[in-house]
Amino acid sequence: MINSSSDNVKKLNSINRRMFITGSLKFFIMVGIVSRLFFLQVKENKKYLTLSDKNRIREWKLAPVRGEFHDYFGNIIAGNFEAYQLHVIPEQVEDFRYVIYRLKDLLELSDKEFKKVLKKKNEIKPWETLIVSDNLSWQKFSKINNHLYDLNGVKPVISISRNYPFKENFTHLIGYVSQANQDDIETTQAIKKNFVPGLKVGKAGLEKTFEEKLIGTNDIERYEVNAYGRRISQLEFQKGQKGKTLRLTIDTEVQKLANELLKDKAGSICVMDIYTGAVIAMHSSPSFDPNLFVFGISQDDWQLIRNDPMKPLVNKTLQGNYSPGSTIKPIVALSALENGIVNTNFRVKCTGKTEMYGQTYHCWKKKGHGYMSLRNAMKQSCDTYFYEVARRLGVDKLSETAKKFGLGKKVFGDLFNIEKKGLIPNTQWKKNALGKGWLLGETIITGIGQGYIQTTPIQLCLMTAQIANGGYKIYPHLVVDDKVKDQPIDKFTPLYKNSKNIKIIQDAIFGSTNEMMGTSYRSRIDNPIYQFAGKTGTAQVKKITEEERELDLKTFEIPYEQRDHALYVAFGPYKNPRYALSVIVEHGGNGSTTAAPMATKLFKLIIDRHKIRESLENKKYLEI
Amino acid sequence: MYQHTRLTTNRLGFFQKFRNFDYILLICILILGFISLATMYSTDGGEIRFHTKSHFTKLAVFTLMMLVMSFVNIKYWFSIGYLAYVAVIGLLVGTYLFGITSSGSQRWINLYFINLQPSELMKIFIIVCLAKFFHRMKIENVNSIYAILTSLIIILLPMGLVIVQPDLGTAVLIAISGIAVLWFAGINYKYFIYTILGFIISLPFVIAFLKPYQKLRVLTFLNPDKDPLGAGYQIIQSKIAVGSGGIFGKGFLKGTQSYLEFLPEKHTDFIFTLFSEEFGFVGSAILLVIYAIIIYRIVAIGASSRSYFAKIFCYSFGAAIFVFITINMSMVLGLLPIVGSPLPIMSYGGSSMLATMIGFGIVMSARVHNQQLIA
Repeated sequence: MINSSSDNVKKLNSINRRMFITGSLKFFIMVGIVSRLFFLQVKENKKYLTLSDKNRIREWKLAPVRGEFHDYFGNIIAGNFEAYQLHVIPEQVEDFRYVIYRLKDLLELSDKEFKKVLKKKNEIKPWETLIVSDNLSWQKFSKINNHLYDLNGVKPVISISRNYPFKENFTHLIGYVSQANQDDIETTQAIKKNFVPGLKVGKAGLEKTFEEKLIGTNDIERYEVNAYGRRISQLEFQKGQKGKTLRLTIDTEVQKLANELLKDKAGSICVMDIYTGAVIAMHSSPSFDPNLFVFGISQDDWQLIRNDPMKPLVNKTLQGNYSPGSTIKPIVALSALENGIVNTNFRVKCTGKTEMYGQTYHCWKKKGHGYMSLRNAMKQSCDTYFYEVARRLGVDKLSETAKKFGLGKKVFGDLFNIEKKGLIPNTQWKKNALGKGWLLGETIITGIGQGYIQTTPIQLCLMTAQIANGGYKIYPHLVVDDKVKDQPIDKFTPLYKNSKNIKIIQDAIFGSTNEMMGTSYRSRIDNPIYQFAGKTGTAQVKKITEEERELDLKTFEIPYEQRDHALYVAFGPYKNPRYALSVIVEHGGNGSTTAAPMATKLFKLIIDRHKIRESLENKKYLEI
Repeated sequence: MYQHTRLTTNRLGFFQKFRNFDYILLICILILGFISLATMYSTDGGEIRFHTKSHFTKLAVFTLMMLVMSFVNIKYWFSIGYLAYVAVIGLLVGTYLFGITSSGSQRWINLYFINLQPSELMKIFIIVCLAKFFHRMKIENVNSIYAILTSLIIILLPMGLVIVQPDLGTAVLIAISGIAVLWFAGINYKYFIYTILGFIISLPFVIAFLKPYQKLRVLTFLNPDKDPLGAGYQIIQSKIAVGSGGIFGKGFLKGTQSYLEFLPEKHTDFIFTLFSEEFGFVGSAILLVIYAIIIYRIVAIGASSRSYFAKIFCYSFGAAIFVFITINMSMVLGLLPIVGSPLPIMSYGGSSMLATMIGFGIVMSARVHNQQLIA
């Protein structure tokens, strides 16, 4: 008993000693855990709170609403419309197969489209939105709405999308929008900043140029999400800003007429205010419907546009390099007058052809014009006269004058990256570019706008405008912008040496249209309100052989690609000029028969519209 | 006098037993149960759903069981010590043979009315068994080869059976429970020191033999930011949850980390994270205090017990519970690698709660019968 009790005591001593050690250890460990808790929850609280918010809050950007294009009178020429779309969230659909086949029937989807939708479905998470259709007709949209009762999880949605109400009328000018690609994102900061999947950005024309202004800013939605990225609740909605609306100088009525006149033809028409430089119309034909591109163009449509021999994708107004033909003659004559090479009394005898430097140069009139003075030569567009003048003038002096009047350089500067410069040749240029010396024969054909010389329709329009306004520099522009309006005409930059010379040229052009024997006499308007002055041009696309010259074929007898381009430049009303225009019809044959009659129709409208334009301006001032 | 006391204590009436209850311990357990229910309700998204209901049923049944157990004389628990151990070994073998496999390990056995995880029970019954083994042993014999070898076998046998499941975490916890008994039984300090030294030295070799997922856990613990969405995800998200709780927490049912499902295993091993996120530092400290009181009461009951068996059981059980809590919390606070170890009472899981409640039952029985001597 004593033994066992002393053993017990020993055992108890041992266990109590160890309990004490254990207890102390427990205490320290407890303190450790509490300090760790303190460290995490009190000291580092801010850091972990931020991390927790980062976990749970996610931002969604919505596509910004694009700014519009208005014409001068406030008509929307590129606007936004409400596109009817159909969204499905696969996760919310009980029987996805049933619903999607039902939709296929209702929407009459082709197998190809249907496969596309299924493929998209496999690429997204089940709670993400599947866009089954992005632009439904109202009929189909309402049909779906009627069947919604058995289409669980299908959401009809109205979304904002680009719309071009005038279809092909403004395509080359405004351009079009389409889904942004990698290249767009990388090159344009604004696109990168506002990018959301499916964002539509400008691909051509002014839509592309003014992307930064038009794009606007995103709506931002902040959502609380769970660990799998599913939205739980909306925390915030930040409204974005609509892109800037741009008002253009264009008059839709004139633009529409230009489109009508060039229907089924390849060519370009541009109209410009000769004092302000405001472009009233600018059309390239054939055109295409830009709405086709908004939701992605179908392969068939694309091939149709791409393979059209009349090249609808080319903006002929800016990209078309044409020989100016006789439309250059006012500049040749002006240059000769300015440089004192000729005066109004200088005469040349035209016999239908002339021989210079061992080569025969033909006038368009086989029988010849007889003795020609400057005014008569311009009126009847006598080639022989201008051969002689060009020979005396020399190409270098001619090119100097031509460049002054806006030929050989971009009219809109950086506005369109596709714009061509054209070409005004001189001896220096040929040596540099071709490494050959200038031949005198080349000067002679340059005098009638053939050979190396190339101009774009907008350059010809600018040239005519600057002759019409008395020889002052103007700055062509498309967007109504106060900065440009403040200096409508640059009175300090006369392009002439002697203003009398400009008057002589204006008068000669007047004769060309309004006097018997003038090349565009048949297109004249006698009513002084509409009376205009213009110069025809016929640009050869190939050298005419002697046999062909003998045959003297009518235009319709020549194959299309070999027919001459028809050109016409004009300004009016003659008494008090305000507008200049240039018309080019590719392979249109003769300037006086094809291009000049268009100008007649145009001027009637332009001058009628001018009153409305003026009253709008006055009204505007009155309102202020 | 002595005789008299002995007689009276031997024949305690129902009400006397009732009066002998440790009410502080009981209240703490009930509070803990209530907290765990509230937390479970939060994991269910603020609704009474499966986990809450199931947890409540288990809590109610096992608390009742604990109370019943406390009326049973401590002598009885002493007498079934070996038998219970052998029975659980049998269940472990059964698990090995016909266990239910879930997420890559075979831990559960189907007992028709309940799916049991015997390894959890072993955490308690190994203490009962070893306490009985050392109860009558003379102090001189404690350090004998026979005693050490036998106790090592008692520990290593279930460990082996649990490791093959495979469930290293629980095996380690079983070992800790066993070692706690050896410590209180008076095994020479030097053996513990040697073991610790040996463990540290062999650690690199042990790691080499670890399964790839275990190795990953260790490496992840050392640097959780290496793979934040993969292996490091649990630790990082758990730390974010706890850290973002702040002093007073985000509020009941407002823990965004758990609500938005960033927290892994929020019902079981990471329950403390959720609690800590919603109730902050203050709530966590209060929870720790409740645990501390429970452990203190267990130890105090041990100290007041006359029988050596009761004493050694209470001390060891107290130490084991402490270690379970510490390991679980250290794990979710990023102080230890992730090992599967539930937080006693708080975590969802029947077997773990059953084992803990059995432990409390025996402790309570020791308290009610604290004058009982075991021959």
